[in-house]
Amino acid sequence: MDMFQLSRARDMRDAINAGALAHTAQQGAEVRFLAGGTTLLDLMKLNVERPMRVIDISRLPLDEIEATNDGGVRIGATSRNSDLAHHPLIRDRYAVLSQAVLSGASVQLRNMATTGGNILQRTRCVYFRDTTSPCNKREPGSGCSAIQGFNRMMAILGTSESCIASNPSDMCVALQALEATIHVEGTAGKRAIPIDEFFLVPGTTPDRENVLDAGDLITHVTLPPPVEGTRSAYLKLRDRASYEFALASAGVVIGAKDGRIAHARVALGGVGTKPWRSREAEKELQDAAPDEATFRRAADAALAGAKPQSENGFKVELSKRCIVHTLKMVTQTS
Amino acid sequence: MPQRHTPQSKTTHADTPNKALAPLPAKADDSAATFTFTVNGASHTLSLDPRTTLLDALREHLHLTGTKKGCDHGQCGACTVHVNGRRVNSCLCFAAACEGDTITTIEGIGEVDALHPLQAAFVECDGYQCGYCTAGQLMSAVALLDEPIGPSDDDVREAMSGNLCRCGAYQNIVGAIQSVRANKSSSE
Repeated sequence: MDMFQLSRARDMRDAINAGALAHTAQQGAEVRFLAGGTTLLDLMKLNVERPMRVIDISRLPLDEIEATNDGGVRIGATSRNSDLAHHPLIRDRYAVLSQAVLSGASVQLRNMATTGGNILQRTRCVYFRDTTSPCNKREPGSGCSAIQGFNRMMAILGTSESCIASNPSDMCVALQALEATIHVEGTAGKRAIPIDEFFLVPGTTPDRENVLDAGDLITHVTLPPPVEGTRSAYLKLRDRASYEFALASAGVVIGAKDGRIAHARVALGGVGTKPWRSREAEKELQDAAPDEATFRRAADAALAGAKPQSENGFKVELSKRCIVHTLKMVTQTS
Repeated sequence: MPQRHTPQSKTTHADTPNKALAPLPAKADDSAATFTFTVNGASHTLSLDPRTTLLDALREHLHLTGTKKGCDHGQCGACTVHVNGRRVNSCLCFAAACEGDTITTIEGIGEVDALHPLQAAFVECDGYQCGYCTAGQLMSAVALLDEPIGPSDDDVREAMSGNLCRCGAYQNIVGAIQSVRANKSSSE
């Protein structure tokens, strides 16, 4: 690990000003914010992250989880994953989010990891984590080792010739299904970014994973009020029953009225280069009968654009079955 | 030593051409971080290289070697300690970022002649073989007693999944934890 300077941010402005000294908030950032540290320390030990300054933001007053006046919820950026998953507001009204968070990592990691950090967690692609391998995300222009290499865990949606790294977050799949908004404060002021616009697909610049610029600090996430008559759930399929990243997962919010689906949101994990919202699946579900034939059509639509690699062709059907099973589970038509 | 990242001109923002970070001190000693925390009830002030993890501070500087280093990446759980009452992976904490925190390690939960009920249960149920993961298993198990988890063996397995045991003593670890939970609930 390279030497760095560690300091504790006095307030938000202090953190933002310190972050703004870097040339980027993306791969290669010279300044990093430290909250839970579960991604940052891991990657610093691997020399994948090599900040010159680390700004501890964990003591800033950004950890509240509270109801908003519109009936939604406001989740502070440094709230811990454990606190989020077990919060009564989240457990009772946003089941998909509580279930998704509890399906990820271990208790120890969830006790440390924060909402903002989870949003910014990096891919588990083995080549990204290995500084001796070419990787366009870590070292732009060096090539992608995964396309011709071990790619069983990699993405099949949103990939490019430069990068096929999958996004590992469970929490963000739920946030996609709930149409969360990510609130950011930077040197130029405050921005509210719909989560689907926050993440970028790799294209030719896989080192750029989201819309954050140097100095931008995620302050909180808001969720709209639950849509009346809907239920939600998260299902994660993986190699082990616990403490493993998803091969395929689905987060859904769905409600039916008079035998027709009135509201449907579908998001996928384990298969996308970003937490994957499938508007194609939602279109098939909207106003259709909530039965298995409809769910299968939605699943086919969600994976229609899939580009499997040499080792992960199984993910196409696995992801479809995951979607169908989750929809059946939530609508109880099985 | 590998070359440090230097800003690439192609990605430097056009509107911020003069951004520059002050150079780091020439010697590591110059940038030592000084911090105070409480470990097992005793206050300690240390001045360490900022790269030092909480795990290494405990083992190498406070000589509390009960906490073990396994993977050093938050995957095995051997380094589990409590920070402000919660179990965490001490290998993924910078020690200096623990300023003001209250830490409990395996040395802080029981004594040889006054074992914590879980330590006694691990002995009774034979909840280990080589013992390397045991301190982490115990620190997780002690925390688990106050966490919102269900009553079944599967609930315990899920809650303990962040602690790996290469010897495979899992069955007896679950048995030890369940015996203490049963006693706890019957005495409440």
